[in-house]
Amino acid sequence: MKKILVLCLLAAVLLSFASLTGCKKDSGTIKIGVAGAHSGDLASYGIPSVKAAELVVEDWNARGGVLGRQIELIIEDDVCKPEVATNTAAKLVGEDVVAVIGHICSGATKAALGIYKDSKIITISPSATNPPLTQSGDYPNFYRTIAPDDAQARMEIDFAVDTLGLKKLAILHDKGDYGKGLAEFAKAMVESDGEAEVVLYEGITVGAVDYSAVINKIKNSGAEAIIFGGYHPEASKLVGQISKKGMDIVFISDDGVKDDTFIKVAGEYAEGVYATGPRDTSTEPLTIAANKAHRDKYGEDPGAFFLNAYAATTVILNAIEKAGSTDYDALTKALQSEYVNTTLGNISFDKKGDAIGVGFSVFQVQNGVYVELQ
Amino acid sequence: MQNPLKQITPKDIKRSLLMALWFMFLTFPIMVIKVNTITDTVEWRWINMFIVGAATFIFSHVWKVLIDRKEGRMAAAEEPEKKAEKVTLRERLEEKPAIVKTGSLVILGLAVLFPIMTGMYQTSIMITALLYVVLALGLNIIVGLGGLLVLGYIVFYGVGAYTYAILNYHFGLNFWLALPLGGIFAMALGILIAIPVLRLRGDYLAIVTLAFGEIFRIVMENWNALSFGPSGIANIPRPTIFGLDFNLKQSTNLTYYIILVFVVLTIFIVRRLEDSRLGRAWVAMREDEIAGESMGIDMGKTKLAAFALSTFWAGVAGVIFAGKTTFINPASFTMWESILVLCMVVLGGMGSIPGVITGALIITLLPEYLRAFSEYRMLIFGAILVIMMVFKPEGMIPAIRQKYEFKLNTGKNRKGVK
Amino acid sequence: MNSTYFIELFLGGLTRGSIYALIALGYTMVYGIIQLINFAHGEIYMIGAFTALIVSGALAFTGLDPVIIFLISAVVAIVFSAAYGVTMEKIAYKPLRKAPRLSALISAIGMSMFLQNYVLLAQTSDFQPFPDLIPDLKFLKPIENIMNTTQFIILATTAVVMVLFTLLIKYTKIGKAMRATAQDKIMAQLVGININKVIMVTFLIGSSTAAIGGILISSHVGQINFYIGFIAGIKAFVAAVLGGIGSVPGAVLGSFVLGLTESFGTGYISSDYEDVFAFGFLIIILIFKPSGILGKPTKKKV
Repeated sequence: MKKILVLCLLAAVLLSFASLTGCKKDSGTIKIGVAGAHSGDLASYGIPSVKAAELVVEDWNARGGVLGRQIELIIEDDVCKPEVATNTAAKLVGEDVVAVIGHICSGATKAALGIYKDSKIITISPSATNPPLTQSGDYPNFYRTIAPDDAQARMEIDFAVDTLGLKKLAILHDKGDYGKGLAEFAKAMVESDGEAEVVLYEGITVGAVDYSAVINKIKNSGAEAIIFGGYHPEASKLVGQISKKGMDIVFISDDGVKDDTFIKVAGEYAEGVYATGPRDTSTEPLTIAANKAHRDKYGEDPGAFFLNAYAATTVILNAIEKAGSTDYDALTKALQSEYVNTTLGNISFDKKGDAIGVGFSVFQVQNGVYVELQ
Repeated sequence: MQNPLKQITPKDIKRSLLMALWFMFLTFPIMVIKVNTITDTVEWRWINMFIVGAATFIFSHVWKVLIDRKEGRMAAAEEPEKKAEKVTLRERLEEKPAIVKTGSLVILGLAVLFPIMTGMYQTSIMITALLYVVLALGLNIIVGLGGLLVLGYIVFYGVGAYTYAILNYHFGLNFWLALPLGGIFAMALGILIAIPVLRLRGDYLAIVTLAFGEIFRIVMENWNALSFGPSGIANIPRPTIFGLDFNLKQSTNLTYYIILVFVVLTIFIVRRLEDSRLGRAWVAMREDEIAGESMGIDMGKTKLAAFALSTFWAGVAGVIFAGKTTFINPASFTMWESILVLCMVVLGGMGSIPGVITGALIITLLPEYLRAFSEYRMLIFGAILVIMMVFKPEGMIPAIRQKYEFKLNTGKNRKGVK
Repeated sequence: MNSTYFIELFLGGLTRGSIYALIALGYTMVYGIIQLINFAHGEIYMIGAFTALIVSGALAFTGLDPVIIFLISAVVAIVFSAAYGVTMEKIAYKPLRKAPRLSALISAIGMSMFLQNYVLLAQTSDFQPFPDLIPDLKFLKPIENIMNTTQFIILATTAVVMVLFTLLIKYTKIGKAMRATAQDKIMAQLVGININKVIMVTFLIGSSTAAIGGILISSHVGQINFYIGFIAGIKAFVAAVLGGIGSVPGAVLGSFVLGLTESFGTGYISSDYEDVFAFGFLIIILIFKPSGILGKPTKKKV
């Protein structure tokens, strides 16, 4: 009796390894996953992309869907944690999604991509900027509608050194994967260019009681500018304490800071801060329409990465339509050959998965708003 | 049990009313006023005040009844006569080992069939849950059996994960070799940390291990050459066997079975250890170090053994974790995770294997299935921890102390429970 | 490496140490009396800061003088924090007096999670700017770039609180009762001390000082969110252990040592390892003095 039971169990285990191939249903709705941080402390970066995807899909569905089928969104939360992201990805794969809009954080994206790659699911992130995601060639199924960190670092350094003519730079970061990655690129670029000097390179501790020691150190280093890699909460603390200290120093940061919340929280201290971010497309008709749709539905202005996610969703739906199927290879071809008019301008993707046509600009806070320079 | 409704007297109602008023006052600024200093607006949400009042009024009754019941139980426990009369389900189960055995076999059978009955998502969640079961069982050796409070346990999990990731990246080391190596490295670090802190006891030990935990994480964040810093290590291969090329579902299933085998193995080993000389030495250490020492137990060695064994399991679990997520970075090994594992051990019942397993499963699976309440889940979770501890401080399934009682009336002679 | 830089770092360290000290007092007092690591203590600090923010925001429309608004909101925040501290003790710790000590610790962790998420849900997850209500003091103008007004106020307030606190512990009846309870609970009860009252007062005072810390640091940093209590709480706990947990002068000394270690470590070495200095220093001290700098060695009783 016992032996039979054990044998049965063993057989069942072996059975679970038998490859179950191809029984994807081609009827019903086309499913698209939306994954990212929808709760927790980084939720404010993830929720706007859900809203963007919903708006785009509503629009398409009202016009009859794609390939004559309605589009269905499967929305899953990964709290920006790699270990949760793998479970999220497994769930989306189980739901037979065709493509995924996400994830939001680079770390979670990398963990989830391991699963999407094997399942041949196109993944378009609106916000994962870590360069190796595209440049390593490890993830042929990955695309993004945002510029990678190294492009952004390049722009910050060129602006500080060439445009502003600064020679002594302090590079700070928040020890996170985004901020530190950016800071490392910036440091390497300054050093290889040889036109300016990195007088200080430090990681600050997120959530520390105050930053007075670091600020004293910046002051003592004689830096003319701070290049900060990280998000807006730390940036606003830094600029506030720097101003209170009576220091006059140029503050240049990234698109984690190019957020209206930064100006609201930092208030008067935000004045004069530079930040790089996606080129301002707010005067283009598509963008105006997208922003208006958001305001009509939610009664407020859209949040971070809304336009990127809006573009990502548009691009993938467009690719499905152009390819005429949801087949992986056909989609890949469509994504890499078709130019699509989106909220970020007219874009396509290169072989590595980075978007062509997504521009970056330098912005400065002037009278309480970010103004595009040049 | 008496009907709790009968016990409500005007005095109780007055008490509850006062409580309600107190809580309405207490939550007034945070629940009622919402100031937005960004837009300079003030919102008055008076409705919340009444909700709090009403909720407190009802809740305070329930609370009172439960507290009374708990105190009644405690009073009863102090009178051995009464206690002996009440035979708990546990004791009845103990008298029939066959039921327990069949029950365990059924659970094991269900566990084996789990990936076949459900999809990849459920399997994936279950792997995470079982990883925490191994971690909680490992921590239980130090905390539950040895009575040493450790707040930085996740470090050793991290060491295991990084061992596999780094050795695989540089030398292409495969999963099966990394498995023992991860355990050994974690154990080596465990012993290294344990030697200087052997003199510390109680909360000092807790804070030192917490400090080591944070240092490990910060070093991993900063030491780019070794750990690639916060951007982490990606593309860690999933486990395979016999060099077969597994697809995603198959390797998920394989990972599931690996972790399941480890859970069973851990349970088996911890069970055997409990009754061994070492296990008894740990319990002696937990209860009274000095008395233990005077009985001839080498406390230094006993502590080291607890650290070594416990950290070895964490290391092994870490390797499986790295194989499962295929990507690791320091953000997965925060102090918060250590606290979570500790909660599993204490919530389930320190020193009790079924308790610790239940604790780990509940704490990992509850948030996953509470997704419907996503924003409230951490609030609910915190409240559950407090309520559980207040009403069942010894955990859900408390450990049974092996005690041999001498009883004069010989008819029923069984192991007593304290 | 000049002397102004040294002084700046020193003052920065002292400021930080002051905040730690205000929080650590509550930790160490509670520990001294009921041997509980009150994990939720940092949340009281956060609630103090939030209450002050809410009250000052609500008063902003009355057009009162900023200093008066600041004082009113500080007093209200202290009262509410104290109320939260006492209520927390009644709900989450009092029923656990006879339970295993770890259970009380888990209850405290649960309380900490609950309070964090309570503020998160009832208010907001975003950082909120904390109003700048402290006017610049004129006599600090000459040394403005070394020490600014908020730093000065933090240091001065901490000094006053510490003096008051010492007087309270040393000379008042309740202070004596607290010391007696910390030494021996059963004996204290025998001589007629109401333990419940002593514990309540302990939470009351500890929570008030934490709230003072919360208000001061928020005006210094200029923004708060629901999460600030956790990290500050852990650091203050480290400070309390460093000084010898259960000892009040120890907590203060430990806080200043910790603040200065972090400040000088960052200033002269690197802020990459800011927390490593703090934790590393703690480990070294505990290895050589297992019960902290001022902690009494626990006697082994046989």
